[in-house]
Amino acid sequence: MNMTMTTGRQQFTGSMRFLHWLTAAMVLTMLGIGVAMVASLGDYHSLVSIHRPLGIMILIMVVIRFVNRLFSTLPPFPATMSPQERFVASASEMLMYTLLFVQPLVGWGMLSAARYPIVMFGSLHLFPILPHSVMLYAMLRRTHTFLAYLLFLTFIAHFGAVLFHTLIVRDRLFSRMAPWRVRSS
Amino acid sequence: MAVESRQPSDSTASTKEQPAPLTSGSRLVRLGGIGIVLLGVAGAFLYLGGWFSPHELTPARFVAGFERVNGIHSGFRRNHAKGVCVSGFFDSNGQGTRLSKAVVFQTGRVPVIGRFSFGGGDPYVADSPDKVRGLGLLFRLPDGEEWRTAMINLPVFPFNTPQAFYDNLIATQPDPNTHKPNPEKVAAFLASHPETLQASKIIKSHEVSSGFDNSPYHGLNAFRLVDAEGKSTPVRWSLAPVQPFAAASTTGATQGDKNYLFDSLIASVVQHPLQWHLILTVGKPGDVTDNATIPWPDGREQVDVGTLTLDSVESEETSPARDINFDPLVLPAGFAPSDDPLLSARSAVYSKSFTRRAGEKKEPSAITPSDVRK
Repeated sequence: MNMTMTTGRQQFTGSMRFLHWLTAAMVLTMLGIGVAMVASLGDYHSLVSIHRPLGIMILIMVVIRFVNRLFSTLPPFPATMSPQERFVASASEMLMYTLLFVQPLVGWGMLSAARYPIVMFGSLHLFPILPHSVMLYAMLRRTHTFLAYLLFLTFIAHFGAVLFHTLIVRDRLFSRMAPWRVRSS
Repeated sequence: MAVESRQPSDSTASTKEQPAPLTSGSRLVRLGGIGIVLLGVAGAFLYLGGWFSPHELTPARFVAGFERVNGIHSGFRRNHAKGVCVSGFFDSNGQGTRLSKAVVFQTGRVPVIGRFSFGGGDPYVADSPDKVRGLGLLFRLPDGEEWRTAMINLPVFPFNTPQAFYDNLIATQPDPNTHKPNPEKVAAFLASHPETLQASKIIKSHEVSSGFDNSPYHGLNAFRLVDAEGKSTPVRWSLAPVQPFAAASTTGATQGDKNYLFDSLIASVVQHPLQWHLILTVGKPGDVTDNATIPWPDGREQVDVGTLTLDSVESEETSPARDINFDPLVLPAGFAPSDDPLLSARSAVYSKSFTRRAGEKKEPSAITPSDVRK
């Protein structure tokens, strides 16, 4: 801790930044695929075929990120952020971790309850995690949609907050998570 | 996230000289820019979700079309609503392995559940031999893979695109006064769909059998089978009945029994197991795979890959098959969809219909558990 204080590390670690941007790309792709596939006849099958394995990859990714985060030292918040802002930032981060963990499990669970084989690719498929029950499926299917919209809104709020800090407050908040290395002068 | 508490609260040390304050005009411009970016992202998602193309056919609008024509029957499939469930097994003779690496074609037996049905969204419709008969099947492969297929007794499908199917559904909607389709609308549909007229001629040239048990069932859409080397072959599949053909009686239903064809199916299964040969028709280069209204030329190789035996029949109320979506794109490794646009659309619409009915209260089926036991 003291080490990082004295070196004045202002960025998240390289692994955290890498995982952040990889997750961002996967989740945005996933949200786009999800909203497009339910409205599509012609592309439905090919989109669903990507949606299932990508969802499981996000589930694995969020677990890796969570563990990586536990063992990483975080840079301090910018001084421009009030305690309230810091609380909101931390809470929204926790909400995103939770959503990214729960949403793939709801998807997996709902396919299990509908008794669909949960095909990843080729003959590789996952075991069901819930019994065959269409009522349970219907409930989880609605939950999946609700969580998807909630995740999208959380993303918009997150993106909007970063834009606000970067363009209006100009406290170099973005550089903490920038994909490239930012030298702290 | 307990880590948060370890963050230093005093980070002012790192703060460099603040940038010059923004003028209120420049602040406004930047705020506006942020707003535009966020709206753009949200708009892109709404666009992907079809919000800006309200006339495009979507799975939800397709299912709404069925509901508009047939009404909503709580808990029932939006199409092929009336049915009974069956179970049995498939004995593969190993002949299919030269076309596909799928486990279902290796010599041996796999359990099967299925469902016989009539086309149309009315779960209590009166049986009649001129209605489309359907058979949905689920082959349960030993390692947890599944092959699902939904077949009908027509030799070709009357429509080549999802839009044509939907337009016909709406055009043939019974008039509330005459209870018959409006002939002008039907004629207008056929005038713009010569492929449907052509397919009808082929369908009419095939004599309809007397019951569910002695009827063939056709997969109609082309698929691709993939062997262990990755070689892909276009195929269509059919079930050829072992039960001898008898022509459908034109005198119609036995008086007053709305379920007489299902009753006779039940009686027949109780007497002896019903059997069909699963026949793969092997396409040649140039054979159309994206148009289910066009049959392949005569003389294409046919491979008998095994025998389906159905030896048990159940009411929907007691069978797990009621709560199965016979999605034709639930395929094991060794099977792949063709370029037929109906396939993805069927998968999408079946799924939507399944989701709608899954959450509804289940009303009793026309064929009750006591009908099956008597």
